[in-house]
Amino acid sequence: MRPFTYVRAQSPAEAAAQAAKTEGAKFIAGGTNLLDLMKLEIETPLHLIDVNDLALDRIEATPEGGLRIGALVRNTDLAADPRVRKDYGLLSRALLAGASGQLRNAATTAGNLLQRTRCPYFYDTNQACNKRYPGSGCAAIGGVTRQLGIIGVSSACIATHPSDMAIAMRVLDAQVETVRPDGTTRVIPIADFHRLPGNTPNIETSLAANELITAVTLPAPIGGTHIYQKVRDRSSYAFALISVAAVIQSNGKGRVALGGVAHKPWRVEEAESLMPDGAKAVTAKLLAGATPTHENEFKITLAERTLASVMAQARAAS
Amino acid sequence: MDDRDLMKITRRKFLIVGAVTATTVALPPFISAMASAANQMARPVRAPVSLEVNGVPRQLELDTRTTLLDALREHLQLTGTKKGCDHGQCGACTVMVNGKRVNSCLTLAVMQQGSKVTTVEGLGTPDKLHPMQAAFIKHDGFQCGYCTPGQICSAVAVLEEIRQGIPSHASPSLTDRPQLIASEIQERMSGNICRCGAYSNIIEAITEVAGVTA
Repeated sequence: MRPFTYVRAQSPAEAAAQAAKTEGAKFIAGGTNLLDLMKLEIETPLHLIDVNDLALDRIEATPEGGLRIGALVRNTDLAADPRVRKDYGLLSRALLAGASGQLRNAATTAGNLLQRTRCPYFYDTNQACNKRYPGSGCAAIGGVTRQLGIIGVSSACIATHPSDMAIAMRVLDAQVETVRPDGTTRVIPIADFHRLPGNTPNIETSLAANELITAVTLPAPIGGTHIYQKVRDRSSYAFALISVAAVIQSNGKGRVALGGVAHKPWRVEEAESLMPDGAKAVTAKLLAGATPTHENEFKITLAERTLASVMAQARAAS
Repeated sequence: MDDRDLMKITRRKFLIVGAVTATTVALPPFISAMASAANQMARPVRAPVSLEVNGVPRQLELDTRTTLLDALREHLQLTGTKKGCDHGQCGACTVMVNGKRVNSCLTLAVMQQGSKVTTVEGLGTPDKLHPMQAAFIKHDGFQCGYCTPGQICSAVAVLEEIRQGIPSHASPSLTDRPQLIASEIQERMSGNICRCGAYSNIIEAITEVAGVTA
């Protein structure tokens, strides 16, 4: 690990302002992903700004009937919140399908959105990776790709976003609230938050430099049956091969997004109008234009079958 | 070099020499050039840290890079907590921070300023074992024992999490209280890996303690 200076920030705006005036600064909250990457020297901050003292650890009702989730709310606490369990079951289920109990106790809401890919070529510093070292190439292309992306990929990167929580947030139309170094704030719809890799896979979100997430808001509950189904190589504590996040109403209409397939949570709103027609029709639209490798083309079939399973569960529940 | 000279090179020295040589020869190509000049020049930074460990206030002066795990093992000589993978994948380093189990390898000691830390040494003593420690012995919940302190800290926390009504991936309902049953315990213990494969006995030990205290 490279040496770094360390401070604890006292307010969100101060944290962002300090990050802007300090070379190589990074925010740290749970640290479960950043420290892992610092040990491997994939991340090499010169200065860490600890944001754990900022009062961003509450879940509050919004005037619109939704919830504002503080950036520092731990994954365990968000999954266990009675309002989330009752009205946003999809979010609880996605969180509980991810990581381990120890990690969920430390990992935060904002950190979960910002976690880096688990592409093995990103983690191996002997391999070329445009995400880790822009311009070096992508050793994953032509390599072992079973876990990697099948849609929205580019010739520079075929990594996936690893989060389960983010897939649920995408279905729930969450919004990301931030503060910038000049003290101004803005709201970013989750659909615009994560980026496709294109030619700059090192730029993963629409956050500006030193912009700090302060909260994630959820609109008022939309009812329906909430299901998060994750398919993975072992039944717990593994990243998704495919995950399906869905909210399905009693008339068969609903929303769906996929995890484990792309550089961002994969939702295509036009595909959702086909939900009454069944999983095959929805998946065909959702994954139209997919460019899987020979090793991961199974994900297309797996996505369709997992969605069919989710739809059957929803019918049984309603 | 005769055989006796060769014998003088201990395994530990051999490994150190090997590691240094490997570093010199095979510097990862896609990392060194990326680090900025400022990064190469950065000097170690020390900071004061106060922790309460197993009920005892401790003051330390540490390199900011020191993880909570290394602070416990290398600076406080509390070597019950183990370093397995050092990347949050194995759970051998599990301790309780302010009552919640975490991977001590994935948090910095400076981030835990003022925290209350409980390690396996704080759960019980050889003369007065914690019920979970006694149950692991009774049910043969280990072979080599390396993962055991993490398993035991995690297990104690798991029962508390179920008592608090925190749901898990294995909970059939999000709105009903989770039950103290084997499938719940298995799911919640998935962050603790046991290379010896003592899992079935570990579950028996935890289930017994759950039955006694539930």
